[in-house]
Amino acid sequence: MPANGQRALEAQAALSGVPRIPGAPKPDPILVASSIVRRFGGLSAVDVEHVEIQRGSITALIGPNGAGKTTLFNLLTGFDAPDEGTWSFNGKSMGRLSPYRVARLGMVRTFQLTKALNRLRVIDNMLLGAKGQRGERLWASLLPFLWRGQETKNTVRADVLLKRFSLDAKRGDFAGSLSGGQRKLLEMARALMSEPELIMLDEPMAGVNPALTQSLLQHIKMIREEGSTVLFVEHDMDMVHDISDWVIVMAQGQIIAEGPPGDVMKNPEVIDAYLGSRHEKALTESGESLTTGDAK
Amino acid sequence: MNFTFVLSQSITQALGVTAIIYCLAAMGLNLQFGYTGLLNFGQVAFAAIGAYSVGVIVISFGASLWAAIPIGLLASVALALVLGIPTLRLRADYLAIVTIATSEIIRLLVRSIALRDTFGGANGINGKMGQAFHDLNPFHADIDLPFLTWTRQDLWVVTVGWSLIAIFTLAIWLLVRSPWGRVVKGIREDENAVVSLGKNAYVYKMQALILGGLLGTVGGIVWAIAKQSVQPDNFVPDVTFFSYTILLLGGAARVFGPIVGAIIFWFLLVFVGEFLNQMIDAGWITFLLPTDVGPIRFILVGLGLMGLMIFRPQGIFGDKRELALNAR
Repeated sequence: MPANGQRALEAQAALSGVPRIPGAPKPDPILVASSIVRRFGGLSAVDVEHVEIQRGSITALIGPNGAGKTTLFNLLTGFDAPDEGTWSFNGKSMGRLSPYRVARLGMVRTFQLTKALNRLRVIDNMLLGAKGQRGERLWASLLPFLWRGQETKNTVRADVLLKRFSLDAKRGDFAGSLSGGQRKLLEMARALMSEPELIMLDEPMAGVNPALTQSLLQHIKMIREEGSTVLFVEHDMDMVHDISDWVIVMAQGQIIAEGPPGDVMKNPEVIDAYLGSRHEKALTESGESLTTGDAK
Repeated sequence: MNFTFVLSQSITQALGVTAIIYCLAAMGLNLQFGYTGLLNFGQVAFAAIGAYSVGVIVISFGASLWAAIPIGLLASVALALVLGIPTLRLRADYLAIVTIATSEIIRLLVRSIALRDTFGGANGINGKMGQAFHDLNPFHADIDLPFLTWTRQDLWVVTVGWSLIAIFTLAIWLLVRSPWGRVVKGIREDENAVVSLGKNAYVYKMQALILGGLLGTVGGIVWAIAKQSVQPDNFVPDVTFFSYTILLLGGAARVFGPIVGAIIFWFLLVFVGEFLNQMIDAGWITFLLPTDVGPIRFILVGLGLMGLMIFRPQGIFGDKRELALNAR
């Protein structure tokens, strides 16, 4: 596996000259967001002045529980609407776009609580991710000759991805019969089926056993090597240190620090934010899940 | 006691007009609930729209049946849009509340005295509303086999009815095996996951609601043509719940579930009723009156269905493994 390939070096070189300040401008941003505010009652869950995500990099979004990371994800992907703010993806303004349109533009996300489609087979989960399917139109679906060829091509692509994620043995099983870690893999593979330019992973490591963590890390690096941009939310500092080119730290809805992983970890503000939160972890965990918008 | 009569009645009913109507309604629910996960508790409203379109347009307005059928189908689409536009963006339970309320609103509306000139009030609409259909009847004689007795008219309705069910079943089979079917099943499992992959879930849910409603409306049209009479109290919420019973009996999200479910449900209901009647006539049961049979057959069939849900919760065609996944 290419631990740090060509793209990693490119991304790190591009980011080397970026100032280590919150809201720092990047040389080639794929995502630019300004003045994003989301209030829940009196609480400002997200209040981000400015943030840019470098194309082709792996950017980690970290912060203690309740910092507003998942809420920011929901806002950027259209699953929630901000009270204020503008943001653009690939130069295209994204305000008030429905989440399915955001996904079609190439910005695809996964969820903190894994959403494997339980009573669909693993291969059908994968095929669902493919874009622009002719057979997904109501009338065309009655005429299989219109979409059979495309379906075969998508199936070949899905099988390649399943093999890469070591899920090929589970191809015909219901997704609901997979283990928690396998579901995380499936969700990531399914998102890749849509060939996203920017893939946003919400806690890809949560609930995954340590043995699988290493392979998940490799998969994320592979996504970068194939030219996509990765933005992910994570709590585990070691993991963040291992794979990210750039780290953005959030606390209490705001971005408090930015920089390469080594620098950020030494930043006293970051240490404060993290150590301060440690004691109340159990309490804020339930608080955060309320803000993700997962009604189920 | 005439056991042959009991069996003959049961088989005739199990394959008869009523079973066809309920089968069509259950097929609609299968598409909505079984595949897409939409809780439509007002399927009877779609049937009422079909039946009353035929009655009102043919009898009250004196127009042709062949105009009434497409108008009924259009009205059904309109009803689905009215129900779906405000509720399909919300959680599944809102659709359930709105649909059951709407079905009662429609029943009380057609029953109202104010609109009696059009809808006939509590008496409904009676008259030869299906005549144009029966004029095409190619059968010349009634059918009177040992276990099957239909009039010439019923035979024609039953032939066309089951042919329609065959065509619709083929269409549903094609639909649910296609990528379209994959998207709606995905929505049933987790709508947000499907949306995050770039599918407009709202449109798919609306399509399923419209298609399922249309199947219920076809059932209502068959009702009006076969019985030549539509009455508001035929369209109580029980019709919806019997249709759900049929769907779960056969197995939700199974193409043949509604067909097998409808046949078994009506066979059991008629068989139990006729059997009790015969026993009372023969003097074998003395503690029941013939008027008790109606409710008691529902009690017995209900007990049987409870047994089914306990020992085979997935229905006749369902896959228990698949059902267990949902419990996680």
